[in-house]
Amino acid sequence: MELSLLTRRTEYEWEIPRRGAMRVPAVIFASEALVERMDRKVYEQAVNVAMLPGIVGASYVMPDAHWGYGFPIGGVAAFDADEGGVISAGGVGFDISCGVRCLLTGVKSAEVRAVQHELADALYGQIPAGVGSTGSIQLGVSETDAMLAGGARWAVQSGWGEARDLERIEEGGQMAGAEPAAVSARAKQRQMDEMGTLGSGNHYLEVQRVSAIFDAALAQQFGLQTDDVVVMIHCGSRGLGHQIGTEFLKRMAETAAEHGIVLADRELACAPIRSELGQRYLGAMRAAINCALANRQILTHLVRRVFAELLPQAALALLYDVSHNTCKLERHGARTLYVHRKGATRAFGPGHPQLPAALQAAGQPVLIGGSMGTGSYILAGTSESEERAFSSACHGAGRAMSRHQASRTWRGREVIEALAARGIIVRSPSMRGVAEEAPEAYKDVAEVVDAADAAGLARKVARVEPLICIKG
Amino acid sequence: MSAHWEHFAHEADVGVRGIGPSKPEAFEQAALAMTAIVADPAAVRPAERVHIECEAPDDELLLAEWLNRLIYEMATRHMLFGRFAIELGPGWLRGTAWGERLDPKRHDPAVEVKGATYTALRVGQENGAWIAQTVVDV
Repeated sequence: MELSLLTRRTEYEWEIPRRGAMRVPAVIFASEALVERMDRKVYEQAVNVAMLPGIVGASYVMPDAHWGYGFPIGGVAAFDADEGGVISAGGVGFDISCGVRCLLTGVKSAEVRAVQHELADALYGQIPAGVGSTGSIQLGVSETDAMLAGGARWAVQSGWGEARDLERIEEGGQMAGAEPAAVSARAKQRQMDEMGTLGSGNHYLEVQRVSAIFDAALAQQFGLQTDDVVVMIHCGSRGLGHQIGTEFLKRMAETAAEHGIVLADRELACAPIRSELGQRYLGAMRAAINCALANRQILTHLVRRVFAELLPQAALALLYDVSHNTCKLERHGARTLYVHRKGATRAFGPGHPQLPAALQAAGQPVLIGGSMGTGSYILAGTSESEERAFSSACHGAGRAMSRHQASRTWRGREVIEALAARGIIVRSPSMRGVAEEAPEAYKDVAEVVDAADAAGLARKVARVEPLICIKG
Repeated sequence: MSAHWEHFAHEADVGVRGIGPSKPEAFEQAALAMTAIVADPAAVRPAERVHIECEAPDDELLLAEWLNRLIYEMATRHMLFGRFAIELGPGWLRGTAWGERLDPKRHDPAVEVKGATYTALRVGQENGAWIAQTVVDV
């Protein structure tokens, strides 16, 4: 993206001034180097989002932004229903409520290294991962509806997890306002045997060690010390969310004109929040959020079972669970807004009423996944983030190279051997999948996280590096 | 010109493009390109067939719908498809997909397909050939 297109507000904040049909400006949070490497499509998509009815503040772009579907991935946009605001299936994405959760094990890396191969094999044996993998939990019709209404709370009540997990999950583990009846039979069918599965692509389960602490006080409040071991799970709402995204995208594209919405591009397909379609999507999307929360909860239970066998001294308390593809109704100042975060993480600052007592002083943990070779980051939400971008931060590294190019550049076996030489054990059913996810195919997550920190979106707390990676 | 397919670059995901002397052939080739995201289409045996019918108000939405119906069949039947034959009319598509149950060892599937998007979605003619393309979320 050419810098000449932008007005520089601060070192890490850039504005696309309002012009033409834009209702608000667009604001990009990134270093100069990151902005220069951003695709020109991000600029176009941020401008298009700024034209949508009822948008409030600005069309925000996070430091890891890249070319998405209508909305940029790494985009944040809030809408006011009272001002004709819209909800967009593309603004949430196909993998509804895709997100990351982090478990604190309470053990040190030497304890894991002593059983590293056994632990990798046991996790790989227990966690269904990869294309076509199925879970051991088959839900009937009424159980599916209970899961869609109850989320992680349903999972805990069904025996997958502990009640104390719930306060460490956004929405207390249960998204209110879910409408299982708004979820199609096809979407439910697609989920039939996918509960408790990891998926594929960039989804993973990693055992990681804390390799650096950036803020000792915040790290202590999160229960993190150097060399501690954590488990990070990255996945979403599986087939159910994908099908809901697919169906509502089509319906919104077909009916935009009837709703009087002029789309700059039909991939921006949306519906007024106060319309029958908008409300139906909200109900279905919230049910998909619950599906993702339940799924990560079941995976957590499977991880605990494996650790109980091999490392019974591990505690596996939940640090936090964040979703980075959502639209949520939130209070911001005097207004109640529908905030779309597509490839962006909510980042509530200290004192936010939705945080549990133990996190009130620190702010919300913000979990940022990197590649399987470079590591991930744990940040904390800041008070400034509220005025910057409705309390939002980045979500990951973003690809530097297409899947096709990556699979032609590397062989999965070589990637696994190179990582093993660095003490990282990878288990995956697909060698081509591993090649496509090679660490070098991703951008430098450190640069993204540094920009988020410098822009005041979230504060860097710790870096974690993988010891074991289960890749779908 | 014989019908063929190709992938095109998208930052996060994969673009699929079918090219053929007729519009139905371009649609069939786009479906083959989508299979190729997951596995080598040539390694998929035509052991079972699945019939698909769908509707949409225009050619482009029909292409996305066709691919999305295939994604649904792949996901729920745990199948891959390696051959397609379709008929197209105004706003409708009738097709058959031949394939087999996914065999992780033989197919080495790289990634599952989540949905066909409307990004770079286009159905049209170029230099006498039909093109049907879109970006697929993986």
